[in-house]
Amino acid sequence: MSRISAAFTRSRDDGRVAVFPFLTVGYPDYDTHLALVRAMVAAGADGIELGIPFSDPLADGPTVQRASQAALAAGATPAMAIDAVRDLRAAGVEVPLILMGYCNTFLAYGEGRMVADAADAGADGFIIVDLPPEESDAMLDRCRTRGLDLVYLVAPTSDDGRIAEITQRASGFVYCVGVVGVTSARDALAAELPGFLQRLRAKTALPLVVGFGISRPEHVRALRGIADGVAVGSAIIDVVESSPRSERVKRVQDYVEVLTGRTEASV
Amino acid sequence: MTTLPDALGHFGPYGGRYVPETLMVALNELTAAYHEARDDETFRIELNDLLRTYVGRPTALSYAERLTERLGGARIYLKREDLAHTGAHKINNAIAQGLLARRMGKRKIFAETGAGQHGVATATVCAMLGMECTVFMGAEDVRRQSLNVFRMKLLGARVEVVESGSRTLKDAMNEAIRGWVTHVRDTYYLIGSAAGPHPYPELVRDFQSVIGREARQQILEAAGRLPDYAVACVGGGSNAIGLFHPFVEDQEVRFIGVEAAGEGLSTERHAATLSKGRPGVLHGSKSYLLQDEWGQVQEAHSISAGLDYPGVGPEHSFYKDTGRAEYVAITDREALDGFRLLSESEGIIPALEPSHAIAYVAKFAPTLPKEAILLLGLSGRGDKDINTVIEALGVG
Repeated sequence: MSRISAAFTRSRDDGRVAVFPFLTVGYPDYDTHLALVRAMVAAGADGIELGIPFSDPLADGPTVQRASQAALAAGATPAMAIDAVRDLRAAGVEVPLILMGYCNTFLAYGEGRMVADAADAGADGFIIVDLPPEESDAMLDRCRTRGLDLVYLVAPTSDDGRIAEITQRASGFVYCVGVVGVTSARDALAAELPGFLQRLRAKTALPLVVGFGISRPEHVRALRGIADGVAVGSAIIDVVESSPRSERVKRVQDYVEVLTGRTEASV
Repeated sequence: MTTLPDALGHFGPYGGRYVPETLMVALNELTAAYHEARDDETFRIELNDLLRTYVGRPTALSYAERLTERLGGARIYLKREDLAHTGAHKINNAIAQGLLARRMGKRKIFAETGAGQHGVATATVCAMLGMECTVFMGAEDVRRQSLNVFRMKLLGARVEVVESGSRTLKDAMNEAIRGWVTHVRDTYYLIGSAAGPHPYPELVRDFQSVIGREARQQILEAAGRLPDYAVACVGGGSNAIGLFHPFVEDQEVRFIGVEAAGEGLSTERHAATLSKGRPGVLHGSKSYLLQDEWGQVQEAHSISAGLDYPGVGPEHSFYKDTGRAEYVAITDREALDGFRLLSESEGIIPALEPSHAIAYVAKFAPTLPKEAILLLGLSGRGDKDINTVIEALGVG
């Protein structure tokens, strides 16, 4: 069983919504990013999305844009994302590690080389935000050959035909875009989210992970029973940005502990 | 080549749709609505009527007699898009997409703009059709093109100043797409160049092809034959593809696209995507792209805001690879010379964008025999650029 499937089996057995924090590789710098990821794993994260910074992130709001720019300014590269996977595995991190980025990074690196290097380093899959199923045949073949999951996104605007097409190709989990919009921490879940998830549930047995707009423990609780996991990105970057340097790792760990339900404190 | 793109928007390996899933259904709906409109006589009649009575089409084809004499080579004809309402070719596409938006029941329009010409054209169309208009424009372009910003506001548009990245067209387009992702259900995204995800490169090309269709007929009347060369500037490439495409099956007509070499192709400060870039994905389609070894998009530079873009429409990439068109580059300095040359020899003050094409023609025409014919796409007039030219050349 893949690490991703195993992670959902565990969280389902525990009756939990799995938590997948997102953090841009090289943000705020390479070493701090690794320390933050390890802290999030210690806080009970079920898997980690490692963001590969891109100069023109079309689906991201200001928070992830800032983190990407800061990482790039600090010299982050796609090769560094592979290094991060290798270093995290060497440090004993066992949870799924998923590389998340934009098409052009994969094209420039070489899709085949990216899949091979990521698999060798110990990554479990990819989320490519601007790669719809129509353009993904080659990448999907490469991922299947190396046993990696290519995670597709489904949006509230996706019609039934597209949902069928996507769920038929998808493996690992389906990334459900929680709002019609770009990434950012939001106060409330979209009213249409439960209906959207029901529509998906009827089409696939794959785990459903909701991302875009998730920032609070009550969001996670509200999704119990209708989704299998959440992806949280902007809200974590907000915590990093608002913490003094010496407090960053601890505050991020505290925040993720609240999301995973390890502590009850409200954030 | 006239049958491209394929059903998914590919021109050979280029084009396609590389966008967040949230937009995919809207792009499918747009494609269907466009194809339906294209085949609908009523739509065509309404569009042609507006092009005639509002835009002022057909625009003239002028024989540039003094320029021809001065350069001493090929006969030069100018396709005068500077005479179209709002002063550039951008209105051809804006008015057609405005009608398409109305047909689709959308009353809110988003647009991106570089030089401001597409923003002004879109604001104009929205005023005429009674639609709500938001134009995304980079802060650097807002500074360079303050006249156009004022025009857009006069026309009732909201100008969203974009502060991210290089604060030019690339970033305006990022922000417009993000805005569209958020408001996709009730908003029409009116792209100004033959770039972006399918169906925009096809749709914008088709709507701009009125330039080449008219020019083809006009030059046959004026010169009795087709031109040997069609020359146009290329930023995103909408005026060039509009001029070229109706000649695509006329193999004797060679296409030359003129990119912005900025401060020189050997520097980092240029916008010569086809000359110096390599294939990549930006703004939803695959095409040549200025990028670093890791695929990070590089900032472009050109004195002309309308060419200051690190990407290019996918059909141009296809033309480059197949050899159907040749792409050359002209520096800021040469473009300023072209700007003066046309002003002084023909009494036409060109925009800085087509000044690049004029500068290339100034070098190229003298190498051709006197019986050769050169068709130059004059995509817009230069009023908007007077401040930039004063800054660059000084007054007097």
